[in-house]
Amino acid sequence: MLEIKNLHARIAEDGTEIIRGLNLTVKAGEVAAIMGPNGSGKSTLSYILSGREDYEVTEGDILYNGESILELDPSERAAKGIFLAFQYPVEIPGVATMQFLKVALNEQRKYRGEDELSTPDFIRRVKEASAKLQINPDMLKRPLNVGFSGGEKKRAEILQMALLEPKLCVLDETDSGLDIDALKIVSDGVNALRSPDRAVIVITHYQRLLEYIVPDSVHVLYKGQIIKSGDKSLALDLEANGYADIIDAAA
Amino acid sequence: MNMQTAITMTAAETALVDAYTAAIGDLPGEGAVLPARDALLADLRTQGLPTRRLESWHYTDLRALLRSVPALEPTAFAERVDPLVPGSAVLAVLNGKADAKGLPATVNVRTYAESLIDGVAAADLIARDAEDAIGRINGSLVRDGFEIEVPEGTVLEQPLELQLVQSAGQNHSRFPVTFGASTKATVIERHLSVSDAASLVTVVSDLILDDNADITWIILQQQGASDSHLAQVNFDLGTNAKLRLFVINAGGKLVRQEIHGVTTGEGADFKLRGINLLGGETHTDITFTLGHDVPNTTSTEVIRNVLFDRAKGVFQGQIRVAPDAQKTDAKMACNTLLLSDDADFSAKPELEIFADDVQCGHGATVIDINPTHLYYLRARGIPENKARAMLVNAFVDEIVEELEDEGLIETLETIISVWLEKHA
Ligand SMILES: Nc1ncnc2c1ncn2[C@@H]1O[C@H](COP(=O)(O)OP(=O)(O)OP(=O)(O)O)[C@@H](O)[C@H]1O
Ligand SMILES: [Mg+2]
Repeated sequence: MLEIKNLHARIAEDGTEIIRGLNLTVKAGEVAAIMGPNGSGKSTLSYILSGREDYEVTEGDILYNGESILELDPSERAAKGIFLAFQYPVEIPGVATMQFLKVALNEQRKYRGEDELSTPDFIRRVKEASAKLQINPDMLKRPLNVGFSGGEKKRAEILQMALLEPKLCVLDETDSGLDIDALKIVSDGVNALRSPDRAVIVITHYQRLLEYIVPDSVHVLYKGQIIKSGDKSLALDLEANGYADIIDAAA
Repeated sequence: MNMQTAITMTAAETALVDAYTAAIGDLPGEGAVLPARDALLADLRTQGLPTRRLESWHYTDLRALLRSVPALEPTAFAERVDPLVPGSAVLAVLNGKADAKGLPATVNVRTYAESLIDGVAAADLIARDAEDAIGRINGSLVRDGFEIEVPEGTVLEQPLELQLVQSAGQNHSRFPVTFGASTKATVIERHLSVSDAASLVTVVSDLILDDNADITWIILQQQGASDSHLAQVNFDLGTNAKLRLFVINAGGKLVRQEIHGVTTGEGADFKLRGINLLGGETHTDITFTLGHDVPNTTSTEVIRNVLFDRAKGVFQGQIRVAPDAQKTDAKMACNTLLLSDDADFSAKPELEIFADDVQCGHGATVIDINPTHLYYLRARGIPENKARAMLVNAFVDEIVEELEDEGLIETLETIISVWLEKHA
């Protein structure tokens, strides 16, 4: 489903290279976990997948279902089914949450040549999805993410994901800021989306999330490269021993 | 140099004098009204239209900008449109003539022509000061409008709409409005253009709010792209009176909206909320002065501007606090979203404070669309132009939301998004 080949990318503004020859393959139906020390480039990778223009790909390619997405802009990628749950969701004053959800959903449908949702149908879907994630409906009356607590923002990201039904879900530290109960609720939400035609990339620092969302593969990202890949036992190993040995071995 | 030397009149000045000569036999009012008109015109004739050398016209050189004035078109046709908010009582002025049909019973109202004819209006026909060009043009040429009194204690459940529909020529209207003690009302002053022909519209509204009156006055200006619109609202706030004045400019080629107020009763509160949607070649100016004349009065002013194309915008805001007006609380903000390199906005906030125990502040900012906000919306599948429009909308919507009336909010939001879709 996703094939990243020898990817090099830099910050557009100052040319600093952040991703330095990264290779990663994620198959449909797979849950891949990406771990790695702070500042290693995990969020940057997720932004590049989503098409953020602050970064420039200088070498390599990203294939999604066999086709390069490098020329697609963020909204096209989203409409094709790539979803990024942000590490730091953005507050947008003046944009009503419900209106945002409806426009996003319908713009994606339009792009794919599907009919727009009727308002009652839309509202029903939001109600169902937010009930499952135990999101207080009053929150959805506020402007987008404005004044949401850290955990509420993360839940709202998963709500968007549930509504948009993407094919490739990238979760960037969705677990940080969640309380113990919320971690379980959000994980259930993600697991509910697991299906043979969908892939999930979970970026996290902690083994705990991976107990709920059990990964098929675990990859260590360090200085812009995947330096080690393994199965779920790799996460346990990291939890016990830290990154030092793996970094030394790769050097 | 002889100070008496008559100026060389511009085309617009000549056209105004010609309009006066053509109309005077036909304009309502004699007695004291006629000399008052004559005096205002004489000042206009000797001094000409104001130029940038006059401080209050520094950013809007009316003499240079008002290139032409359409001739009077007494036979042009215009008809009423549906009110903005269904169920509103409508007072219509069609091409400058008040339509006396179907006047609401909830308020005391007569046409301003009647007031001119019986001479009561003569007292209104004076300029505010030496720089009051709008008062002069309007006062010399005024034909109609409505004189309104909202009796003490009246609560109007539905808005009152002053509907000015213009198809061609000129319209010079006045609205003296007295809100009695403890009245509550929403008034929508709505300016519409129903043809592409150029019009000149001048309007002077004089509002008196008695004690505890609680009034929302909304000016929705949607003139055509070749129209000139010169308007003035004067207000006087009594004890504990509240006036919320919303100004939405979404049309017109040359627009000057003046707002001049005083608080004369303690506890008075004034709010100005302005939205300037400026595109094409428009030059739009909101000039505001407020005198906090007595202690314990409050005011806030928030102006949000969105500029496209080669639009020019101006906000001048002057707050004066009289020496004994202690505990005045006044805050003024002007925020501009410049969406074109060729557009330009000038903001001139001014505080003149003569009391020491006051809270006053002002700020003016120019901002751009927040790139992170834009990216977030796009990352959810919203195409860039649509995402931009949503963010521009959000910028002005924060102001509309303050109206608290769902129906009205939705109507104005629709007008704003239609305008933005057309210009973005
Ligand atoms: N737009 C930017 N401008 C400047 N520096 C940037 C930018 N984007 C990323 N970086 C830098 O690139 C490096 C990688 O950042 P990134 O956010 O991808 O790390 P991360 O692996 O997600 O870390 P964390 O675990 O702390 O979330 C960091 O050193 C960061 O400061
Ligand atoms: Mg990160």
